[in-house]
Amino acid sequence: MRSILAVTNVLGALLALFSAYFLLPIATALIYGEDESWRIFAECAGITLAVGALLLLTTLRFRTELKPRDGYLLVSLAWLAVTAAAALPMMLGAPQLSFTDAYFESMSGLSTTGSTVITGIDKLPHAVNLWRCALHWLGGMGIIVMAVAVLPMLGVGGMQMYRAEAPGPVKDAKLTPRITETAKALWLVYAGITAACFAALCLAGMSPFEAICHAFSVMSLGGFSTHDSSIGWFHSPTIEVVLMAFMLIAALNFSTHYVALRRGDFAAYRRDPEARWVFVWVGFSIVLLTAEIMHARLYSTFSEALRHVAFATTAMATTTGLVTEDFSLWPIFASMWMLFLSCVVASSGSTGGGIKLFRALIMIKQFFREIFVQVHPAAVAPLKIAGQVISNQVVYSVLAFIFVYFMTVLILTFALLSTNMDFTSAMTATIASINNVGPGLGQVGPGTNYASLNDRQTWICTLAMFLGRVELFTFLILFSRPYWRK
Amino acid sequence: MKVLILGAGQVGRTAAYHLAREPDNEVTVIDSNEAVLRELQSRIDVRTVAGNASYPQILEAAGVADADIIVALTSSDEVNMVACEIANALYRTPTKIARIRAPEYTTEEKLFADGALAVDVWISPEQLVTEYIERLIHNPGALQIVDFADGRVRLVGMLARKGGLLVGQQLRTLKDHMPNAEARIAAIYRNSRFIEPDGETMVEEGDEIFFVAARDHIQRMMNEITRAEEKVRKVVIAGGGNIGFRLARLLEKHYQVKLIERDVERARRVSERLEGTIVLHGDAQDEELLIEENIDSTDVFAAVTNSEEANVLSAMLAKRLGARKVLALINRPSYGELMDNRSIDIAVSPQTVTIGSLLAHVRKGDVVRVHSLRRGSAEALEAVVHGDAEHSRVIGRSIEELELPNGAVIVALVRNERVIIAHHNTKIEPEDHVIVFLSDRRQIDAVQRLFDSD
Repeated sequence: MRSILAVTNVLGALLALFSAYFLLPIATALIYGEDESWRIFAECAGITLAVGALLLLTTLRFRTELKPRDGYLLVSLAWLAVTAAAALPMMLGAPQLSFTDAYFESMSGLSTTGSTVITGIDKLPHAVNLWRCALHWLGGMGIIVMAVAVLPMLGVGGMQMYRAEAPGPVKDAKLTPRITETAKALWLVYAGITAACFAALCLAGMSPFEAICHAFSVMSLGGFSTHDSSIGWFHSPTIEVVLMAFMLIAALNFSTHYVALRRGDFAAYRRDPEARWVFVWVGFSIVLLTAEIMHARLYSTFSEALRHVAFATTAMATTTGLVTEDFSLWPIFASMWMLFLSCVVASSGSTGGGIKLFRALIMIKQFFREIFVQVHPAAVAPLKIAGQVISNQVVYSVLAFIFVYFMTVLILTFALLSTNMDFTSAMTATIASINNVGPGLGQVGPGTNYASLNDRQTWICTLAMFLGRVELFTFLILFSRPYWRK
Repeated sequence: MKVLILGAGQVGRTAAYHLAREPDNEVTVIDSNEAVLRELQSRIDVRTVAGNASYPQILEAAGVADADIIVALTSSDEVNMVACEIANALYRTPTKIARIRAPEYTTEEKLFADGALAVDVWISPEQLVTEYIERLIHNPGALQIVDFADGRVRLVGMLARKGGLLVGQQLRTLKDHMPNAEARIAAIYRNSRFIEPDGETMVEEGDEIFFVAARDHIQRMMNEITRAEEKVRKVVIAGGGNIGFRLARLLEKHYQVKLIERDVERARRVSERLEGTIVLHGDAQDEELLIEENIDSTDVFAAVTNSEEANVLSAMLAKRLGARKVLALINRPSYGELMDNRSIDIAVSPQTVTIGSLLAHVRKGDVVRVHSLRRGSAEALEAVVHGDAEHSRVIGRSIEELELPNGAVIVALVRNERVIIAHHNTKIEPEDHVIVFLSDRRQIDAVQRLFDSD
């Protein structure tokens, strides 16, 4: 009980901190003279701050150093609570969503999924559109990473929380001796590349407002846009190329970016075991799918086919989910292949979702090791990735992760089927949600959105997005008996 | 010369033995194990001091103050380096040699530059042995390959076999086969008896032949003596210790390498640091394991564990199971002689390999390199000719005029980095490096005296 109160205390601090994030939409509303939005966001900021302060102050005397296991509870609660706070303005003001839809939209933002239940995005107030994309940006690097960077009170407990939130199988890589400095460094690099992306998008022809929103959206590999028809609205190959470049950048490990940019050591990209495979897999898939699409004679010219396939493949593989074309009309092979890619392309330590490339590499190497050991029963064969030995402990946890991942996909698919959804929609909605991609096929395809889902279906997808973002175990561990046993 | 040897391990004892048998040297050995020292003193004429080799008081007691050379050969790199530092700081010992095994140190060249560590020369027996074995594997057919003059000239020992161009021919025909080759047969052993080669000598199958050649001519010369061997593709190394690990790392780029290590922890560590080698956990004397890993299609089996008994046994087993060529690391000369029935193709003696390079640094003067051959019964040495015609017994004279002892043959010269194959009328000039083959090791003093410059 004491530890729950201690967690609540930090949670209060987190919410109070998050209330400051409302300044972004408030400022936007003021700039564009959107009086109603201004007041709503200010109210929501006030409510969040009040709740946060209440939690913080009432539990002040229970404040202690967090224990390792508290990190899981705190991270899960923090995500759920911040999502609720972020949903408030979309319930109170435009677009006046129900709690279910607002929570979905908010989770979709923070988990960098990018699925939406809103139709008529083009007509939303600027403040709301910015808010949705800003949620992406915060969730991309991580609420906790932000908190660790800013809240000195977290101390050693910060490391535990950081580990519980960080994506990827190897969570011990600290860039600097202090976790606070590491978190700051990551945010700095993230912000720096986002600024570069903003500039590039402005040059490519977006208005500054669109450029900010899309920079937030693309750097976090989210997928919200300021238009119903997403990137297709722009009809600009230049913008598409810029977006593709930054999607690929954001799909790399930000620790590698840090080493490369801050220390000027660009060989870091070559040493990164995942980076090269991001490009290999995306590149190979673009060639494969272009051939498939050309074969199906969907586009008259090769360059048109290449353009759309390249964008869709990059956007889906990196789990961004921005769209230019309705790829649900493409052959099922192409669209399923892209959904499959979304499971395995994003690097650990990137802002993307899915199983993560590093885990996929470990699985592949483990498969070859299994064969090798059959041939040489006496062999001592450590699993190595780019010369680094991966301990069996990590291999086992990756195996467990992937098993749980596919079981989760299966269970959630069944859950959606039980609501009388068709199979294609159910499965692709689950995969698209748990990988934080966005568009699936069928009822939730890129040509439509998630608005047609009933409440039960919406909640299932919300859960899938949340599970995917915190990489399953952080949340599932809370339902295990050993966790609660003293 | 006053020599201080730290550490009476295998290398230390061998060094003491080689240095003490030369009458001019006064050798003192320091080791912490008194029993070893007692045993050593009863066999060779050295002084011993018991204690930690890096303590100044112990060094002082061993007479470091007026020592000319300190050779630190303890099993600890750190003790060796500190001892050299202390000898330098407190006593200004002129020459300091340290054994340093860890590549982590030796790859940092700046550490051994002037003004850094007070180590004038470092030697790594493991590295020397590894490179020696690597040379043998790169040149299949050779039983022994040693370097002279920084590798410009090599002396190769091998068996004459059917298919060699020279087999069944007189040596004078070599000129016809290889008109411009810088190579020469140095010695022939037939049924273990030395034959001094001349133009009329016939080469017979089964002869053990030593030849010298410039490095680039070695492969052609080998084809004179035996038909070209099949290329080595598969190598099995028994033992994942220092030597086995280094060997695997050198070889894994060129060959398909398997390494067998008995200790599971060590096997794991080795496997983590090797890229292409298949590391197997098991006993190299385990027949099942060897068969399972296709020992019968193995080209070279190298037994390099710490236990020479295990090396002998596993090498013999591998040979019986069909390995094409087997090689074993053997310390005791007596074991080496057991190998004459060819159940083991090549016996490598770490001391023999190491001591040549050590002696090269210890002997300031004229003999710069000594290689022990045929398990110690023969030697080859490289001497530098100093002085002028008036004070030297060799300068200005042709080779046939020299008073060489019986069984000693001058086989090659290196003059200004150029290799000259010796003929009876070749004249010797100052600063020549002369390479001498000695079929009888006892003549070494006579040879050394010949090259003394006073």
